[in-house]
Amino acid sequence: MSHLLRQQAPVTEKGWHLLDTEARERLRPALAARKLVDFAGPHGWEHSATNLGRTDAVDEVTEEGVTARQRRVLGLVELRAPFAVARAELEDVNRGAEDVDLDELDQAALRIARAENAAVFNGWSAAGISGVTEASPHERITLGEDCERYPRHIAKAVDTLRAAGIEGPYGLALGPDAHTRVLETGEHGGYPLLEHLREILGGPIVWAPAVDGGAVLSMRGGDFLFESGEDLSIGWLDHDADAVRLYLEESFSFRVATPEAAVDLPA
Amino acid sequence: MGFDQYHEPASELPDETRTFARLCASLTEEAEAIGWYEQRLAVEPEEEARAIMRDAQGEEFKHFCMDLEFLLRRTPLWREIAEGILFQEGDIVEHGEEAEEEAVEDQASRGAPLAGSESLGIGGLRGRDR
Repeated sequence: MSHLLRQQAPVTEKGWHLLDTEARERLRPALAARKLVDFAGPHGWEHSATNLGRTDAVDEVTEEGVTARQRRVLGLVELRAPFAVARAELEDVNRGAEDVDLDELDQAALRIARAENAAVFNGWSAAGISGVTEASPHERITLGEDCERYPRHIAKAVDTLRAAGIEGPYGLALGPDAHTRVLETGEHGGYPLLEHLREILGGPIVWAPAVDGGAVLSMRGGDFLFESGEDLSIGWLDHDADAVRLYLEESFSFRVATPEAAVDLPA
Repeated sequence: MGFDQYHEPASELPDETRTFARLCASLTEEAEAIGWYEQRLAVEPEEEARAIMRDAQGEEFKHFCMDLEFLLRRTPLWREIAEGILFQEGDIVEHGEEAEEEAVEDQASRGAPLAGSESLGIGGLRGRDR
């Protein structure tokens, strides 16, 4: 039995199938970072740290004539988002109910996806993670609310990356507000703004909850490194007569290998 | 037949693996039955008996396909390889080699779940932006 203790939960095979399927459906659209950065792993729950390939000197060595260095590593962060499901709802799953209330699971999926996106794009100093936008040395380009200007902003960001010797294709992460504006907008002549931006980028535009504004980043590979320990999973916490308490969980680290490979587009 | 579809102690296997093993055993049985009916039809001269056996073999075709579809739905890599081989014109072995290579490489780049993992199997999502 794994540490997720799924077998301890009073959930039938059909119930687990529903919970896992619902979680995947809610997570995939919101996991913006995974659509743009390099993904390595999963290496399993026991994988604790990412090798940084660097060392620090250790000053106090007990023996003369011996030097010491200590490896620097980036510890994986564990994210967990708890949720509950009513046992009555799970019983109805086995009766064939199609309209099961999984609202808490849906909310938990969005929370953990937002936390992952925030760590990758905005950084998370408490966890030792430097984010894509905070690491970028390039001048920021304010996105604003005027969609007519977005092609100019995105083209400028792409030019900045090319001028720094960073090849494409380039991807664009857009916060929910900016993404909605882009989807709603047709330019002069009715050509969708979304398609115009894709042509400039040569890569995807992704909906990125937890991102404020946006970021253009190279997708050539090797610049932004997401390392997964345990990939997103559902585990069991406890249960009583009324509800089963479960959680979504993952462990990961994130590193920016090439800070110049992204441009921040604050709102 | 007892419990010989299990290669490992059944009590140590998760529910989904036991179900998977049962369907694998069922798939084997359906394939065997298809082969048996094929042999019987090859030697049976009586027309009415042949009609019954053809009908029975049709049932086995259906059962085999349902078992296979169930297993493919639960095994994305198998499904991906099958999609490269089934219902294609041309060299079967060539399609097989290509399908395996593409599917395995694709899975590795996506961050496929570890064997025995209970994760949701989401992995990397590059190329899946819509």
